[in-house]
Amino acid sequence: MLAVETLDLTKDYDVGFFRKRLRRALDGLNLGVEKGEVFGLLGPNGAGKTTTLKILLRLVFPTSGTARILGRELDDVAMHARVGYLPENPYFYDHLTAQEFMNYAGEMFGLRRAERQGRIDRLLERLGLAESRHLPLCKFSKGMVQRVGIAQALINDPELIFLDEPMSGLDPLGRREVRDLILELKGEGKTIFFSTHILSDAEMLCDRVGILNRGRLEGCGELREILRLGVAVTEVVLDSPCAALLRELRPYTRSVVWTGQRVRLEVSAESDVARVLALAIRHAAGIVSLNPVKMSLEDYFLGQVGATPNASQSREAVTVSEAEQGKK
Amino acid sequence: MIPGGVAVSPAPSVRRVCWLLLVAGFLALVPLQRRIDRELAAQGQIAEVLYIPSGRILRRLSLGHEGLLANIYWTRVVQYFGRKRLGHATRFELLGPLLRITTDLDPQLVIAYRFGAIFLAEKAPGGAGQPAEALHLLRRGIVANPDYWRLWQDIGFIYYWDLKDYASAARAFQTGSERPGAAVWMKALAATVAAAGGQIQTSRLLWSEIYRQAENESMRRSAAEHLLALQAQEEMEKLNRLLMQYREREGREARAFRELVAARYLSGLPRDPSGAPYGVGPDGRAALAPASKIDLRLLQ
Amino acid sequence: MRRVASIALHTFKESVRERVLYNLLGFALLLMGAAILFGRISVGIEQIILVNLGLSSISVFGLLMAIFIGIGLVGKEIERRSIYSILSKPVRRAEFIIGKYFGLLFTLVINTAIMTVGLYAALFYQKRHLSSADLVVLEAVYFILLQLALVVGLALFFSCLSTPILSAVFTFCLYVIGNLSADIRWFGQETGSVVIEKLTAVIYYLLPNFGDFNVIAQVAHGEKIPGYVLVSNSLYALLYGTILVSAAILVFEEREFR
Repeated sequence: MLAVETLDLTKDYDVGFFRKRLRRALDGLNLGVEKGEVFGLLGPNGAGKTTTLKILLRLVFPTSGTARILGRELDDVAMHARVGYLPENPYFYDHLTAQEFMNYAGEMFGLRRAERQGRIDRLLERLGLAESRHLPLCKFSKGMVQRVGIAQALINDPELIFLDEPMSGLDPLGRREVRDLILELKGEGKTIFFSTHILSDAEMLCDRVGILNRGRLEGCGELREILRLGVAVTEVVLDSPCAALLRELRPYTRSVVWTGQRVRLEVSAESDVARVLALAIRHAAGIVSLNPVKMSLEDYFLGQVGATPNASQSREAVTVSEAEQGKK
Repeated sequence: MIPGGVAVSPAPSVRRVCWLLLVAGFLALVPLQRRIDRELAAQGQIAEVLYIPSGRILRRLSLGHEGLLANIYWTRVVQYFGRKRLGHATRFELLGPLLRITTDLDPQLVIAYRFGAIFLAEKAPGGAGQPAEALHLLRRGIVANPDYWRLWQDIGFIYYWDLKDYASAARAFQTGSERPGAAVWMKALAATVAAAGGQIQTSRLLWSEIYRQAENESMRRSAAEHLLALQAQEEMEKLNRLLMQYREREGREARAFRELVAARYLSGLPRDPSGAPYGVGPDGRAALAPASKIDLRLLQ
Repeated sequence: MRRVASIALHTFKESVRERVLYNLLGFALLLMGAAILFGRISVGIEQIILVNLGLSSISVFGLLMAIFIGIGLVGKEIERRSIYSILSKPVRRAEFIIGKYFGLLFTLVINTAIMTVGLYAALFYQKRHLSSADLVVLEAVYFILLQLALVVGLALFFSCLSTPILSAVFTFCLYVIGNLSADIRWFGQETGSVVIEKLTAVIYYLLPNFGDFNVIAQVAHGEKIPGYVLVSNSLYALLYGTILVSAAILVFEEREFR
């Protein structure tokens, strides 16, 4: 059983004051998230990531298509007791204290007082909020609010946790803490579904990613597979090469970038690297560094999303297996 | 407002319950509201108390909205008066105070003086039967609006009609006629009243004047009713004289006007101005038919 | 059921700590103090003026409070998105609305109680003693609370539909019209046009009839309100309150949070 699955999920919003025009926010989304994995939903702003999450959490109703969480229908109230949610840029209440707010969240799940208080204590401790528990939430800094948000998402010890932009607004220390927390939760066997537009976070945490653009899933698959896709290059940095050397190197190099005395070359094929080195030695050029560079998620992302809007619109969703076949 | 899109909405049973409550609620509300209306109306005497019984204080509290408040109070006067009349009340205790408050709030609200005076002066059941109060109101109106000569006309009329004080009436008409812009007939009125105060023709003149100047339908109707009553009174005096002649000449009382027609004292059966036939009462004098629309009580 | 109570409790805690409420409360109490002075300049009716002004202040400030926190009920929560974290939990939307309503109502009851205590304090200061006849003021306060219960229902309904500012405007407008609905109907009957008469009658029955609850004048003169009037009006408030909450639930169930 998949933790989350969507089937042709579509959402149209009607915009326009007088004439009803439809804006398609999600277009036939087919997604599957396995239990126990960390899934990242990536995409530029306005791609439909938050819409997807909102539909899954019954804040928005789909125009067509269905979705299931933990094998149950979306309006199954008992199922929602096993799910946690951190909204994007959360704002809670001004005058309630952290303790009161956590109480509120806990009561929504029907937790009894003793159990509830125990969990609140543990969560606040774990997220470093124990001293501020009696402060009203309006006095919390952004990072602290984010942490309260995570705490309230975990109050019911959920099997599946939805996080919408969990790192937004956090300083590097905060980000590291959240990253560690996510990995901890994964270690406890929980499933994490988070959406972000920060690719480095996804790279560090996700087992699988999906790339959403303009409401359509344009790429989906295991991160390892994706990152092995595409052309890997080797970066060679030489010091003061002569013109003759550069001429000879031209057929093997993909890009040449000068920085002062040094030049950075990208060598496309691994097999050419040895030839390049030999040539450089023959012309007595200094070899500064030699780096194999894997494609980053950003490259993959930009490749899918495309530089121009029109280009991405005409693109079909590419799965990992299709891309591999294409390469072969 | 409500975001659109074809939505798959959850929980149809909740919606059904809510619609049920909504519809049932409104259906139950109508009879309940009616019952509340009845209960509140039954508390008529409680409505006799005034909110704040001082116009001056109210004026200060109104924070610049005296005009609006005066209008609201004037509306209350009209409603109060109308409601009392419908209920055939004979005492209008609040009328005086309400009018005082209204004119305190807006001394230039002339209609309050004019209509108010009429409401106050007219005898029950048409009014409060308090001509002295009415005069007092009009005098206050004249203090605040010295150039509005019609208030003098109203004073004169009350003296004439309600108090039968012809000398004072004539003086009032005279003073009014001296105001700038006064109509020319005010002087004539003064003279006529002074000379022939109690006569029907004078009354007819006054009421005709009111009829002519009437600014709305109810005033015009009232004047017309008075005129008809006056005409009927005049006709009845004539008929009584004829009846007396008949008795003297024939030696017996006539019991119906038919006899006078037969004896050629009258050319046809007499009808009053509203079209109903006159009859001879048990006292041998002319009387109105019971079905007649003329109300002689107006002339008292 | 427990969830409804929890929502009500936390809504109460959140709204009762709003700074603005304390400001309004302060002004109301100040006005009651001033009312004592007013009494001085009008000999003979000091108590009438104090009770009138005091009750009117409670009514007006109660109205302002009701509208103000009414906006916060759903509108502000939607705007600030604090509603996401609660609605995504296993709580029904209907429970949310009902809990909110009672939470806010309770806040109003507390504030009204404080203002009533202030009024009695002013009365005591003026008369030097209080008698059981003064209990009649509580009847007027009860009627004011009935009115406020309906105002809060209106605010709740509108804030499910539109933005906070608009809902405040609509609520206030309906409050004014509701106070004048008896006059509107009378006007319709006077015009003689059957169409207008029917139309004004519809308005009279459809819109909340706040005029029914205006007993301040009577109470100022020490008149007791008959029991049956109390019962009828309470029933009316209950019925109309139920209508408003049901309508709010209906709207809220369909509402999406973009």
